[in-house]
Amino acid sequence: MSEPLVALYVFVLACFVGYFVIWGVTPSLHTPLISLTNAISGIIIVGALLVAGFERASLTVDVLGFLAVLLASINIFGGFLVTQRMLSMFKRKK
Amino acid sequence: MQISVDVQAAAYLVSAVLFILGLKGLTSPATARRGNVLAMVGMIIAIAVTLLSPDVRGYTLIVIGGMVGAVIGIVVALKIRMTAMPQLVAMLHSFVGLAAVLVAVGTYFNRQATGHLDTLLMAELSAGVVIGAITFTGSLVAFGKLQGILSSAPLVFTAQHWLNLALGIATIALAVDFAINNHLFSLYLIILLSFALGVLLIVPIGGADMPVVISMLNSYSGWAAAATGFTLQNELLIVTGALVGFSGAILSYIMCRAMNRAFVSVILGGFGVGEEGEASPMALAAEKGVKAAGVEDAVFWMNNEGARVIVVPGYGMAVAQAQHALKELMELLEERGATVKFAIHPVAGRMPGHMNVLLAEADIPYEHVLEMDEINPEFPTADVALVVGANDVTNPAAKEDPSSSIYGMPILDVYRARQIFFIKRSMRPGYAGVDNLLFYRDNCSMLFGDAKAVCEDLVTALKAG
Repeated sequence: MSEPLVALYVFVLACFVGYFVIWGVTPSLHTPLISLTNAISGIIIVGALLVAGFERASLTVDVLGFLAVLLASINIFGGFLVTQRMLSMFKRKK
Repeated sequence: MQISVDVQAAAYLVSAVLFILGLKGLTSPATARRGNVLAMVGMIIAIAVTLLSPDVRGYTLIVIGGMVGAVIGIVVALKIRMTAMPQLVAMLHSFVGLAAVLVAVGTYFNRQATGHLDTLLMAELSAGVVIGAITFTGSLVAFGKLQGILSSAPLVFTAQHWLNLALGIATIALAVDFAINNHLFSLYLIILLSFALGVLLIVPIGGADMPVVISMLNSYSGWAAAATGFTLQNELLIVTGALVGFSGAILSYIMCRAMNRAFVSVILGGFGVGEEGEASPMALAAEKGVKAAGVEDAVFWMNNEGARVIVVPGYGMAVAQAQHALKELMELLEERGATVKFAIHPVAGRMPGHMNVLLAEADIPYEHVLEMDEINPEFPTADVALVVGANDVTNPAAKEDPSSSIYGMPILDVYRARQIFFIKRSMRPGYAGVDNLLFYRDNCSMLFGDAKAVCEDLVTALKAG
């Protein structure tokens, strides 16, 4: 199986996982769900690191990579922290 | 230290599993925080492994970019008010979109330098750029509408959808040209056209549909990450992108279902009219045969041993910041032997689950906060329904008036309560621009005023009584 086809397999199967996992999320936590997905979509930082850390990068690529790392890390830190902040508010009755 | 490709791939698999378990944690508030921590660990592993990969050589820019991003992210996350969560997530969606565009263009230059360009890669790259760019400008428009920088009214003009279609076709044609002929100029044009498309797709959608817009852009940001994963042949990005993409898609579906609107009709936009000028609320109410009441009447109904009170909060509660006064009201009533529950409609607020967060922030225990399907059977036995800043989601026209534009929308069965007190600033209709039939019911009385002020008056009256 060629590499692109492997990627397609992974993608389709992950879609099914996503479908079942997300339907299980309780509606009261839909806002934290969105902020958590904000945080994990910061995984684009992996791409940003590969661009920014490229050995023979031109100045243009350096700038592109730098900005992408910056944006993705705002998502990661901001997303996880605000999710944690929100979730800590959900309390049971004392 | 550098690690082999297989070790890296195995670690990415661990990250992907941790992300899935993290999302799974949101099944209940009890396990949610652990879920968030699992996802954080997944992210740390993914970043560490990528930094150690032989493909990453220079660290200066990475460290600076990462640290600046971290500081901005931490400050924003700590400072943001819960009412402003929709704006924050819109902003974060736009960052993912822009990052996807930057990564795609950067990858193109890097592959060009190493001579690893082929048609498939360039096609995947174009897809990433298009989705990323649309997510970027679309989210910026959504942010502007939510923040009040742009008007939240839908912007509709002639041949709008034909223009979008033409831009879409042009973008695809350019992508084909770019993939086959390697014209860099076409890539730049693709970016520009996609930026324009992102704006054009969101401007016609009105403020009432914001929960759908937020969910939809959440989904787009996921697909942007997945497309980047295809370009980089990185399975972790593909899995994460698919998870996020589906999360947003399912939320969009839930929101549309809760409004009884077809997704396509939300996307095409134009729903929700502007505000209208009017006379004094009292005069207008009397003219229409609506009863106004004072807080004493409401207290008379609620201040009883065993009274069942259901509070129906809407976005008006958030705007007035009435949630803390409501919490005090709840405690006072419970001390006097009444039970108080909160009823949440799926589209209450500006994003999915917004009300739950605001009530949680005010320290209202989540067991008291019930979703529409759970609470609807309880309205017939409720003594009082107190509506605070909600409107359309309580309108019985959705069940009774086939000519109404909200007919068929699932509503909270507020009208079944013995007595309804409806806190409202004026007789203005809700976002959907329809008159609320609830107001003309015998068992409904209006409490005119600012939601927070009325709730505080209720608290004062209760303490006095």
